[in-house]
Order: sequence, then structure tokens, then C-alpha cells
Amino acid sequence: MKQLLTGNEAAAEAAIVAGCRYYYGYPITPQNELINYMSSRMPQVGGAFIQAESEIAAISMVHGSAAAGGRTMTSSSSPGISLKQEGISYLAGSELPCVIVNIQRGGPGLGDISASQADYFQAVKGGGHGDYHIIVLAPSSVQEMADLVYDAFDLADKYRNPVMILGDAQIGQLMEPVEFHKKFKKHLPQKTWSLTGAEGRKRNIIKSFYPVKGQLEEFNAHLQRKYKTIEEHEVRYEAVNIHKADVILVAYGTSARVCREVVKKSRRLEFRVGLIRPITLWPFPKEIIRKISEKVQCILTVEMSAGQMVEDVRLTTEGRCSVHFYGRTGGGVPTSSEVIKKIVEIVPNNRAANTLLHLAEVR
Amino acid sequence: MMEKIILAGFGGQGMMLLGKLLAQAAIAEGKQVTYFPSYGTEVRGGTAVYHLIVSNEEIFSPVIEEADTLIIMNQPSYLKFKEMLKPNGLLLLNSSMIKVDNPPDATIYKVQATEIASKLGNVLVSNIVMMGAYLAIKKLFSANLILDQLQTMLKGKKGDLFAINKKALENGMQLIEATYR
Repeated sequence: MKQLLTGNEAAAEAAIVAGCRYYYGYPITPQNELINYMSSRMPQVGGAFIQAESEIAAISMVHGSAAAGGRTMTSSSSPGISLKQEGISYLAGSELPCVIVNIQRGGPGLGDISASQADYFQAVKGGGHGDYHIIVLAPSSVQEMADLVYDAFDLADKYRNPVMILGDAQIGQLMEPVEFHKKFKKHLPQKTWSLTGAEGRKRNIIKSFYPVKGQLEEFNAHLQRKYKTIEEHEVRYEAVNIHKADVILVAYGTSARVCREVVKKSRRLEFRVGLIRPITLWPFPKEIIRKISEKVQCILTVEMSAGQMVEDVRLTTEGRCSVHFYGRTGGGVPTSSEVIKKIVEIVPNNRAANTLLHLAEVR
Repeated sequence: MMEKIILAGFGGQGMMLLGKLLAQAAIAEGKQVTYFPSYGTEVRGGTAVYHLIVSNEEIFSPVIEEADTLIIMNQPSYLKFKEMLKPNGLLLLNSSMIKVDNPPDATIYKVQATEIASKLGNVLVSNIVMMGAYLAIKKLFSANLILDQLQTMLKGKKGDLFAINKKALENGMQLIEATYR
């Protein structure tokens, strides 16, 4: 049966369904519905819920539970995620699977509590120190939040790697019908590498410290091979109306829903607007964007930031088409009218494009 | 069919619940729905605003740029959100707490929701009076469907509150039938 839940609550319930039994967090708006839900739900399934004394304590508790082989999660919002970065680097360096939810708010600093996508760089380029990647998934609806959180635990275990859910205040607090249609996981296979007591077997070691010269370089080479495999196998995106498009929008999460509205409004015009919505932000959907850049005149990237993902779009298109940007910052969410006006601006002297303009007035 | 409603009032006037009941009714009828509460860092006395979209088709952006209906509970919300209404849209006002000046181009219905709720014995049901009025005007859902949602929500310790909520809903509906029909 479909339930009406916020994105935050859906993330929490999906984690429970996926077998997560160890949640540690520290309150911060706009992700409080998640920690609140976990505080009552986790005891019902016999799991552990701890409201930690700080974000750093919470991510360190995640490290412990992950090392012991449990499915574990923490969540926060931008300023809190900054605090967790040391822990995330250690998790990546120790190859520990876990899920971290970032319900982004406006920044920098304490910022505000409105929706933002300004943590893209931090999420996909490695917010902590060292050469590492975490898998970054970006839901754009409450149902997709539930589905991706569930998958995140499988991906984390498959690659022994942290996975981040990158949402924002809007996706976190928005309520939509959601269904938990995936299998409720109770008994998960034991992880052979985990720290469960070494009696009767060879001891397992979880560490990110390699003081002997050469060992760390070898370990890094191993990590890079793993990241390459992830890039080859785990890219996800949604493409809408891209065949013979005159302009392609690239946007994720909340911005993508605004862009989808633009695609819908323009569907009866001669001027074709398409959308590529990255679902994995790392690995970035390079191949489809590379292909589309050979066919289309221009790409417009729409973000709730001053321009972050647009850098990856430019790196991928390598100048084959022009790449433009429209963004709002500090809690601003783009409107479909604003995006339409920007499209008309970047394809000047196009009569068909101008027919779009009157749509900007139809709100 | 697509209905875009903005609900606004003081925190505590029950706009959140009003929208949630409509959203749950929408799910029960197999319709698409998005419900976006936006609260700021305001203290008591600020405005709480909610964007509710009910549709037969897939809904893309849950943020309303132009509303079909505004349901407004207090003066600050009226001044802040009245321009969000589409021309000749439905403006449903709690006239106990709103003085209508410079009204936008709208079809206006005034309901003394706070007074009616107080007379019924609990000012907290003013939101359900507004719900009754809204249902009588737009007929988006049947009163019974909404009462079903209320009953589910008020089970257990709050069960006693169902009767007064039902009265509030009926009062809101009757007021529209008596005054505007």
C-alpha cells in the first residue's frame, strides 16, 4: 500500500527494509524527520539507534559497526556533513561499506535551512583527504529516495565502499506516495572480512594506515582499479526526449524536476528540449553526455549552486558543443519560467526557440 | 485534472494537517500528489506555507508557481501569498482573522473559521471548518472520504476528537451552501 511520507522518512524506512540495524546521527534541519523516524523505528526491529554527541562521533560509530560487518547509516545536512569528512576518508581508506545521507541546505558556513545543491563538489570530488571516491546517488522523488537508499546498501557491500545519498531540503521534506516494494532483508550473509572474533580462523585486519614504503601506493592502485570497475558498471541516469533534441538540459535531484516540467511544457513545439538526469553523480554518466554532445548544439546545466556539476559536463563534452549554466544559490530553487528564458537566451535568433518564450508566462 | 493549492497560516493553525488529509484522500483515490511543507527559521507567529498538487497525471515540480486555490488563515499570510493566485482563482479566507484589502483578481469566499470553531468548543478545528468550505466549493473529494482519513488519523487516544471534527467539517460545508448558493 502506498504511504504518504517525507523523503527523509522514506530514506529511514528504506534503510530498515534493506537490513540496516545500526543508525547513528546528530540532529540538524532539514534532515530531522530521518533521525526522528529512526529513533522510534529502530527499536521496533531490534536495531541500534544512538543520538550521538556530535557528527564526528556518529560517523566514527558507523566506522565501528561497518568494521564489525553490520549494515549501518548516518545522516546529516551540509554543515554536519563537513564535520564528517575525516570519518568518510577513513571509511573509504578502510574500505568499509556504509550509507551516508546528506540532505543539503544553503551554504557556505551555517547558511540557511532551504534547499541547495552546493555540496556537489564535496560529495563527488572527495570532501576528505586522499585519493578516494564514494558512490553518490541523487534521488529526485520520494519513491526514488526509498529505492536508492535500499540499493545503496547493496552497492556499499558489493564494493566495500561508502555510498552517499545526495538530496536537498526539498526532497527531504517533500511528501509523496511511496511504496516499499523491495524484499525486507532480515538475514544477510556474514562478511568474511569483518571483525567478528578470530577464534578458529585467520585474523582479519581493518585499517587505513600503511607505514611501510610502497604498501600504500600498492593499496591506492587497488582502490583505483575498484573505482574503475564501479565507473564501468554502476552508472545510472534518466534520459527524456533526447532524440533529435535542439537543446539538452542536464540536471539532478530537485533541479531535474523543474527541468522535467520545462520538457513537458515544450512538448508540443517544434523546438525540442531534452533532459539528461544523472542518478549517479559519481560515477558520472560520461558516455551518454559524450554521445549527446556530438549531436546537439548546446547543453544547459541547471543546478541549485553557482556552477559545480557543469564542470563535469564541460570535461565530458570536451568542447564538442557549447555548455551553458543556470543556477540559483542560497536556498533559491529555479522556476520553469527562469529555465525557459535561459534556453531562449542561449539559442539566439531561433524562431522556434522563441515560441518557448510565451510558455515562460504560462506558469 | 490538476489542482494546485497553497495553504498558509500561523504555525499551529493546522494547515499542515489540512493538506495532509487532502493528500491522503488523493492517494486513496489513486491520484498523483505532491505535498511540500516549507517552514523557515521563524518563531511562533510566523507564516507556515504548504504547496499541495493533486493530479491525474505525473507531477514534476512540486513547487507551485501559480496556484488554482489559496486557503489562507491569517493576515500576514494573506498579504504574503495573495499574488500567488492565478487570475480568477479560488481565494478561501478565514475572515475571523483577515481583513480583505486590495484583493487580487479572484473568486473570494469568506469563512469565519476561528469563530465557528470556538463556538463548537475547540478553536483548533478551524482548519477543518476551512476543509468543509473547500470541499463544498471545489468538490475535489467527498466529505466521507475526508472523514475516513480523519478517523484513521484520530484512532486511539485521540478518538474522542472525531465528533467535533466532523461537526466542524459539516459547519464549513453548510456555511458555503447557505451563504453562496
